Amino acid sequence: MSGTFVGMPAFPTAAREALADTQLRRNLAHATRTIRDKRAAVVAEVEGWEELRVAGAAVKEAALRDLATHLETLEASLVRAGATVHWARDAEEACAIVAGVARDHGADEVVKVKSMATAEIGLNEALEAEGIAAWETDLAELIVQLGDDLPSHILVPAIHRNRAEVREIFRRRMGDVGRPAPDDLTDEPSMLAGAAREHLRDKFLRAKVAVSGANFAVADTGTLVVVESEGNGRMCLTLPDVLVSVVGIEKVVATWSDLDPMLRLLPRSSTGERMNPYTSTWSGVTPGDGPQEVHVVLLDNGRTRALADDVGRQALRCIRCSACLNVCPVYERVGGHAYGSVYPGPIGAILNPLLNGVSDEQTASLPYASSLCGACFEVCPVRIDIPSVLVDQRAAVVDSHRGDRVPKPEAVVMKAAAWTFSDARRLRWAERASGVAGRVLGRFSRTTLPGGRTAAGRLPGPAAGWTGARDLPAPPPESFREWWDRTDGGHRPDDDQEGRS
Amino acid sequence: MSPAVDLPPAPRAPDRGDLIALFVERVEDYRALVTRCAPDEVGSVVAEVLGSASSVVPPGLGLEVPGSVVDDGWTAAELDAIDAVVTRARVGIAETGTIVLDHAPDQGRRAISLVPDLHVCIVDATQVVADVPDAIALLDPARPTTWISGPSATSDIELDRVEGVHGPRTLHVVLLG
Amino acid sequence: MRVALQVTCVNDAMFPDTGKAVVRLLRRLGVDVDFPQAQTCCGQPMVNTGYLDEAVPVVRTFVDAFAGYDAIVTPSGSCAGSARHQHSIVADRSGDPALVAAVAQTGPRTYELSEFLVDVLDVTDVGAYFPHRVTYHPTCHSLRMLGVGDRPQRLLEAVHGIQLVDLPNATECCGFGGTFALKNADTSVAMGADKARHVRDTGAEVLVAGDNSCLMHVGGMLSRQRAGVRVMHLAEILAATEETA
Repeated sequence: MSGTFVGMPAFPTAAREALADTQLRRNLAHATRTIRDKRAAVVAEVEGWEELRVAGAAVKEAALRDLATHLETLEASLVRAGATVHWARDAEEACAIVAGVARDHGADEVVKVKSMATAEIGLNEALEAEGIAAWETDLAELIVQLGDDLPSHILVPAIHRNRAEVREIFRRRMGDVGRPAPDDLTDEPSMLAGAAREHLRDKFLRAKVAVSGANFAVADTGTLVVVESEGNGRMCLTLPDVLVSVVGIEKVVATWSDLDPMLRLLPRSSTGERMNPYTSTWSGVTPGDGPQEVHVVLLDNGRTRALADDVGRQALRCIRCSACLNVCPVYERVGGHAYGSVYPGPIGAILNPLLNGVSDEQTASLPYASSLCGACFEVCPVRIDIPSVLVDQRAAVVDSHRGDRVPKPEAVVMKAAAWTFSDARRLRWAERASGVAGRVLGRFSRTTLPGGRTAAGRLPGPAAGWTGARDLPAPPPESFREWWDRTDGGHRPDDDQEGRS
Repeated sequence: MSPAVDLPPAPRAPDRGDLIALFVERVEDYRALVTRCAPDEVGSVVAEVLGSASSVVPPGLGLEVPGSVVDDGWTAAELDAIDAVVTRARVGIAETGTIVLDHAPDQGRRAISLVPDLHVCIVDATQVVADVPDAIALLDPARPTTWISGPSATSDIELDRVEGVHGPRTLHVVLLG
Repeated sequence: MRVALQVTCVNDAMFPDTGKAVVRLLRRLGVDVDFPQAQTCCGQPMVNTGYLDEAVPVVRTFVDAFAGYDAIVTPSGSCAGSARHQHSIVADRSGDPALVAAVAQTGPRTYELSEFLVDVLDVTDVGAYFPHRVTYHPTCHSLRMLGVGDRPQRLLEAVHGIQLVDLPNATECCGFGGTFALKNADTSVAMGADKARHVRDTGAEVLVAGDNSCLMHVGGMLSRQRAGVRVMHLAEILAATEETA
């Protein structure tokens, strides 16, 4: 019932299409600015935020350093608390386990808490193929699901939609899958939320099986934690008889007290609140309260691959707050769909290659979907140095092509540039050539830049990407080093003072 | 009634008055309602808050709420027909304006404080701690816990926060002392 | 103190006036700056595009050219950031312990111009005169990779005759990003368009920054829009005096 990212074009192509959508640009600019400002305000009121970030990073790093041991501890704690633990190497195994649990209970539907792990593995589509309907109960996920759309943000998957579009989707689709939207539905967010409440209430009250993810999994107590806002999470975690939680293995923290920095970092970074409305913690089965059959699926799906990457493994610290998306100037302009994954934005640009490798063109385009401005690192609550990982993943992309029989044009250019830059005599020769080119280009140009320099006109080939929208100063006839030689570093009189053509 | 942890905690902040004031301010900041009263006024205050609303209470509430039914494993559908729930809490967190339930008998099963649309939560001022780490130290991870910061809310449409989705649309904290 | 100018490949080939301005400025402040002829590029274009092996000989050229200097001054936050934070990555990749040791020497001695002026020379009023309306764009690598803070603003505020106006959304990236400007030209241009709009909104005659590559991008957009705003490197404003005005 929802779309698929399969077959998405590489980032530059997808971004070009997104940039042409002015409604999308407006929706994104408004939403990201709102959440950025909220986050900044609640972070500013915490004394020692930087120390808290360091503590958060340390908690996750400690867990990752000895992941296998913590996972075994977690499994033992969960079993002791009455849960059934499953291990899934990949998406297919995880989906099969969830479908199996639903089938065992004769369920033809499940209610779902918003969960990135289940989105990552395509659980809804897999369940649908088994004849099991998966109802998304988070408001934004519901908007995406009803709109046959794709998520475009980690926290707010329907961030690309405005209120008028949401109203239209609710009116058009709610009736097909349950209680229809009321006839007098307006585009007031409170009224739209009310329609979602009515629509989903029947599903909550009758569901036998619920599916969730987890924000954290505490190894020594077997406690899972779900952080949410709407109460749909509590509905799913509390009312059905059976609960299946799909948990990425990087969600583990060692001890209950490790939750402290995380629960202080996550809400402020994510929704820009001091605390999210609801956080649920539970350890296995509680007799007489909540689901009496609890399954936990521990999901790898590329995480051990990422863990083996010395530079990239820090991406597994990610707590999916999406602060990096909200401050990213690239994300703000192109939105999440251009990244072709449930993990968009700066974190997606490193996480997807780390989880999946860079062998396909779309994934290989992601590490380049950044100007390396570093705003993401500044806001990351667990101090993931995203720019450094981006550069490292670019190296992984380049290295994966080192065996190509026909090198890419870019590789040829880079090798030539490196050859030129490896010896100042070669660079001097290249600069002379560019000075000559500058004189030629300048002669054909009709543009003078403010300040007096001549601009090169529109250029063909790869340079067209630049000169299509930007003037380019024509290279000066004399390079700095030639000037230095001619004037002995400015000590001799300089006739051609500014070296302008 | 057998709470899993010893209460009350030793306050970390030097001035309890400020701590309680901060707690009230932060809870109200979520557009939750707060009524402060003396411990012996709790019955009348709760009755006033409930008005004519039907209500369910946990078996260990330790307070007579006239006209309420005591939870006896009601189904979700049955709870959906009840207007309100009255519970106590385990901890209040001043910095974040959060109340934490650990679902001991004075708070009841998770379902009863979820399905009815009005949650009246009685918090003793001595239960209020300064910040998240104090709460974590007090809570027993073996028990289910529910951290509640204001009424149910969403920001999923244009990042515009609206209160009231699936959880109780009204949270009324009755603060004793 | 032996001070070397790392003019940067972009300035050498495209913006020699910036290099000349640094020389004039430092001489005026009593620093006899040297220009090691063996220098080429910091290697950042290769590193940031993922060509680490290719960057190895470039970084080797850098450390050979600048060995023995007490301070390496560069009119580029980006190139200073490359020397300080990326050379070690390239050196590690080379597996050459001598290169690892060499970058550990040159990296910490590399200063972006405003850092050198404020931290090493301990000067904010450099005796400059520039009677124009100016707005400052803090480039991302100066701001976030190096952490130059408000040093450039302090230097500009001390310029005689200057009218410094705040740039809205100043800390947001202009969209240059090295090869990003070509590989993702559409996104780069969209970001640059917003930056150019903010610059125009200030009514400034001159946009100043500490990196000519970013200025080439934003300036190229402003020029195409016939905005009439000139872009200048920080060094050129700091080098300007009553005589040159």
